[in-house]
Amino acid sequence: MASPLKCDLCSKPATVHLTQIVNNKVHKVDLCEECAQAKGITDPNGFSLADLLLKASLNPEVPAAGLRCEHCGFTQNDFKKHGRFGCPQCYETFRSMVEPMLDNMHKGTKHTGKVPQKALDRQSLYDRLTQLETNLDEAIKSERYEDAARYRDEIHQVKQAFEPKSQQPTHDD
Amino acid sequence: MTIESLLASQSELTDSATSKCAIVLMTRIRLARNLANTPFPGWARPAQRESILEICREAVGNVPQMKRSVNVGIAELTDLQKQILVERHLISRELSGAKSGSGVVISKDQAFSVMVNEEDHLRIQVLRAGFQLKKTWNAINDLDSELEEKLDFAFSPTLGYLTACPTNLGTGMRASAMMHLPALVISNQMEKVVRAVNQLGMVVRGLFGEGSDASGSIFQISNQTTLGESEEEIIRRLGSVLNSIVEHELNARQRLVEGDSAKLFDKIGRAYGILQNSHLLSSSEAMNLLSLLRLGVDLGVFPDDSRSVIDRLFIEAQPGHILHLSKQELESNQRDMVRAERLRVEFGAFAKPNFTLRPQS
Repeated sequence: MASPLKCDLCSKPATVHLTQIVNNKVHKVDLCEECAQAKGITDPNGFSLADLLLKASLNPEVPAAGLRCEHCGFTQNDFKKHGRFGCPQCYETFRSMVEPMLDNMHKGTKHTGKVPQKALDRQSLYDRLTQLETNLDEAIKSERYEDAARYRDEIHQVKQAFEPKSQQPTHDD
Repeated sequence: MTIESLLASQSELTDSATSKCAIVLMTRIRLARNLANTPFPGWARPAQRESILEICREAVGNVPQMKRSVNVGIAELTDLQKQILVERHLISRELSGAKSGSGVVISKDQAFSVMVNEEDHLRIQVLRAGFQLKKTWNAINDLDSELEEKLDFAFSPTLGYLTACPTNLGTGMRASAMMHLPALVISNQMEKVVRAVNQLGMVVRGLFGEGSDASGSIFQISNQTTLGESEEEIIRRLGSVLNSIVEHELNARQRLVEGDSAKLFDKIGRAYGILQNSHLLSSSEAMNLLSLLRLGVDLGVFPDDSRSVIDRLFIEAQPGHILHLSKQELESNQRDMVRAERLRVEFGAFAKPNFTLRPQS
């Protein structure tokens, strides 16, 4: 016989088996008596599937390797404790952990809604500027002065596109 | 505008008299937004939180929608002021419990509020009385776009707006409606409705969100998921769920009236009597009595224009509002006295019930 199912949260033998259909997707969760009580599963109104699945998919069968966000110092263990991430870049750092969660948590795994176009445009200008500055440095180092002059002009143009925006916040000083 | 003059003026929510669909008391949409390359509030150090607060309060305070707004740090508010803002749905319980490094900006008409450093850097919210999903979405979309001019939001092309909790990824949007469903409650159908709504990917909560009870037969229905669908799709789907709940509630009312109208009118008549004559009223009893009177308005027992009085009292009978009214510290017993007195005055001048039914529209 196959070994009895383990609780998705604490790995004791599972006695509560929950199947819920959300948006035509079947979600299955196996829990022990205690976790089921604690999560309020016995109360049909009161429990949040998203919360539960979130924790379930964090079941430490994946070796809780020391992933750590280099931008904010947040670790995988911190996520287990708080259920929230440390900073926006954490989504890149912990991508392998986030991706499997999303399937159960949401209707889809790809954003199809509003895009902050203005902010993205500013970001791409900024990225372009950083790239041009690197190019300029390299061109100067390797004494390609014609290229360097071209980069300098381009930097000037990009900065001008920036200026009216980036001055606003400091205007009141 | 000062916080006291804001509290002294009526909430946006008390103005649903003109609403076409009385069953939906109010529509609310919130968007979760965060600053790029900045730790989320729960993980940021105190000094970082302060600087995030400053940047956000300045940016939010300067959009046209927030002209003459109230713009405060949570630490500047008294417990009572915070409680009143929670009762008006202008700040969350979580924010009211925050110590420092958090704040809120509330528009003069109390329709817009932006919480800073709650779970996310920004929780943008728009409230509208009545069933107004599209209007509310347009209003919040405009406000969000204004803020986008000034702030760089954390965004990924695949995951959408990046939020502290992955359950809010994507649109970062929660759209909800506050519904008054007395007939479904009286006829014991709410459990069935909750289950059906859950299966459609929507969540049902009590009046004050997660974990609150449904006194007054008022429920909040909102979308559960935020990623994989556009804002318009979520709103369309929520709208159709809401419409079908409205239909069920209307059917349940019809059955109550046809089945045992004496029992129903007895409840409404007694509620009227208690509100006119009681001397001690807890807030949850008051909510339930007001709920019955509101059902009476919908059934034609009371004139249509008295609905707005009841909707206002739903909010003003809450503990914080009662304390604010009496301008002094009160024990819960004294509070029940003040509440009963307040309601006796309101309902002393209320229209007399007319139990000869007119057909429901």
